[in-house]
Amino acid sequence: MTRTADTLLEEIQGPTPGQMLRKRVFGHQGLLFGVAVLGLLLLVAIFAPLLAPHDPYAQDLLARMQPPVFLGGSWEHPLGTDHLGRDYLSRLIYGARISLLIGGFAALISGLIGTAMGVAAGYFGGRVDMAVTFLINVRLAMPVVLVALAIVAVFGGSLQVVILVLGFLLWDRFAVVMRSSTLQVRSREYVTAAQAIGCSTSRVILSEIMPNIVNNLIVVVTLEMAHAILLEAALSFLGLGVQPPTPSWGLMVSEGKQMMLFEPWLVAIPGITLFVLVLAINLLGDGLRDVTAPENRS
Amino acid sequence: MSEGNASPPVLELRNVSKTYQIKQGMFGERKPLKAVNDVSLSLQRGDVLGLVGESGCGKSTLAKILLGLEAPTSGEVLVDGEPIGAQNRRLLARRIQPIFQDPYSSLNPRKSIRDIISLPLRVHGIGDSASQDKAVREILDVVGLPSRVMNSYPSQMSGGQRQRVAIARALIMKPEVVVCDEPTSALDVSVQSQILNLLGELRREFGLTYLFISHNLAVVEHLATRVAVMYLGRIVEEAPVGALFDEPRHPYTEALLASVLTPEPDLGVPDTHLGATYPNPIEPPTGCHFHPRCARVMERCKGVAPQLTSDGEHSVECHLYGQESGQAVA
Ligand SMILES: Nc1ncnc2c1ncn2[C@@H]1O[C@H](COP(=O)(O)OP(=O)(O)O)[C@@H](O)[C@H]1O
Ligand code: SF4
Ligand SMILES: [Mg+2]
Repeated sequence: MTRTADTLLEEIQGPTPGQMLRKRVFGHQGLLFGVAVLGLLLLVAIFAPLLAPHDPYAQDLLARMQPPVFLGGSWEHPLGTDHLGRDYLSRLIYGARISLLIGGFAALISGLIGTAMGVAAGYFGGRVDMAVTFLINVRLAMPVVLVALAIVAVFGGSLQVVILVLGFLLWDRFAVVMRSSTLQVRSREYVTAAQAIGCSTSRVILSEIMPNIVNNLIVVVTLEMAHAILLEAALSFLGLGVQPPTPSWGLMVSEGKQMMLFEPWLVAIPGITLFVLVLAINLLGDGLRDVTAPENRS
Repeated sequence: MSEGNASPPVLELRNVSKTYQIKQGMFGERKPLKAVNDVSLSLQRGDVLGLVGESGCGKSTLAKILLGLEAPTSGEVLVDGEPIGAQNRRLLARRIQPIFQDPYSSLNPRKSIRDIISLPLRVHGIGDSASQDKAVREILDVVGLPSRVMNSYPSQMSGGQRQRVAIARALIMKPEVVVCDEPTSALDVSVQSQILNLLGELRREFGLTYLFISHNLAVVEHLATRVAVMYLGRIVEEAPVGALFDEPRHPYTEALLASVLTPEPDLGVPDTHLGATYPNPIEPPTGCHFHPRCARVMERCKGVAPQLTSDGEHSVECHLYGQESGQAVA
């Protein structure tokens, strides 16, 4: 047959999307920095019991507020001790667990809620879309911090309560972004083709639409993770987040603030780690957006 | 073709209409838009019906109705004599498959060519993965692609190659009817004829029936056995391809044919020399919808809608040929 001859002339050119992605990932410094820092903090959180030199809860009232080594302290407490004589480095290490747990689970819960709502609104349109848009507007009309404060004040602060409150409050951006991404993709002809092939609605959504909008989803996940971590710190700082003696970075800043004028490092150390964590997550999100966007153009 | 009590048409539309309710402005009332207006057509096995009309006349809407992707507002679609409303969507999918206009949009950029072409087999649970791979290899050969493209992605292929992949996906379940919605309009001129030739060969090889949609009469000339001309949701003329090209009856068909004879008919939407622009489908002209642009408009065209008249194979909807006017002014 001559048919084959026609197209053999045109070669298949260029790398696969996977190869292109790999190349862009390794050429993106912000992304690599974000991944490295976040990965490091994740390892620290997982292996906290192995890494921490002391029990983060153990008080030693004879060794209160010892300065870190770089301010003349001893290697016994590399980052000094707090007002109850607890080892600051150990509390910082265990605090990474709290921040990452809250960031991760709050983003997971709000991501599930927001993605389900947004994708349903974008795919089905009509009444579903109207209902979801209404819920988004209701949610946007609520001030997150005030609502979180009120709920925590009523139910008491604990890790679980903070995770649930943030998870059920931070889904709006997921819903908005997933709705518009779905709207954009659902009118592509490959979606129509899948429908004409006889794919079920769930298959069309999971197998045809989701892979093409998951990059936007990941970007929102990182944004909301950072958002949740900062909100937890703010709530804990106000005394309405996780409760003492849990080692949370926000709580450490709060506990250090009375002594801030005399021992500024008590606030600076957890403040800087919080800043670095949020920066790393944001760089990761930005990088992912940069790296995955070019594919959408073709 | 019409042998009395032959088998029922593979595909038949009976008085099919599709009306969209268009909301104008934020609080505007909803107005009906008759995208497809009382269309009746039938395709015999092996026919290639060319459906021609300007962009926006309702061709794609008609295609979606045939594919079961849109429910008609009224009327019936029958496949082998059975109404598709009653058929399971999955069964319908095995009999009718689409090929779309834009091969850059019709292939999922995240999937390999193997996954794209084998999707119908996987959805319908046909064979195991080894036999699906074999089927993909075979169909790739049929559409003229080397089997090593299986592991490639759409972004690595040219427009013509992608359209071959789309054709392979449509044919892998051996459907009876293929609905081609402007399958060459998005391709380079040089590639268009390759794809048209391929579609012609495949039709002969597999005994396919096509509904071939185009905004350009020239494209359907060599492939179609019959041609239907659509204007504002209605079929205004239908005839065997020879008759339509040799003695067009409807003034709109004449205008379309004239545009085909311009030097480069393949470039974009044909210039119909029709002066007045395409009307707003929400407020179609009174009487004959075509009258504001018709070169042979008469007084009664403005008030009275023409009826379909037919002499066997050739039907037309125009007052020039109406029973009331008696003689044809052709
Ligand atoms: N989902 C829809 N909602 C509202 N109007 C639509 C929809 N789909 C098509 N239309 C309208 O129906 C008419 C016919 O469209 P279409 O079938 O795409 O025409 P064609 O394929 O011939 O260019 C157009 O006026 C278009 O705006
Ligand atoms: S009915 Fe009248 S206006 Fe319409 S096409 Fe025929 S001649 Fe032209
Ligand atoms: Mg169209």
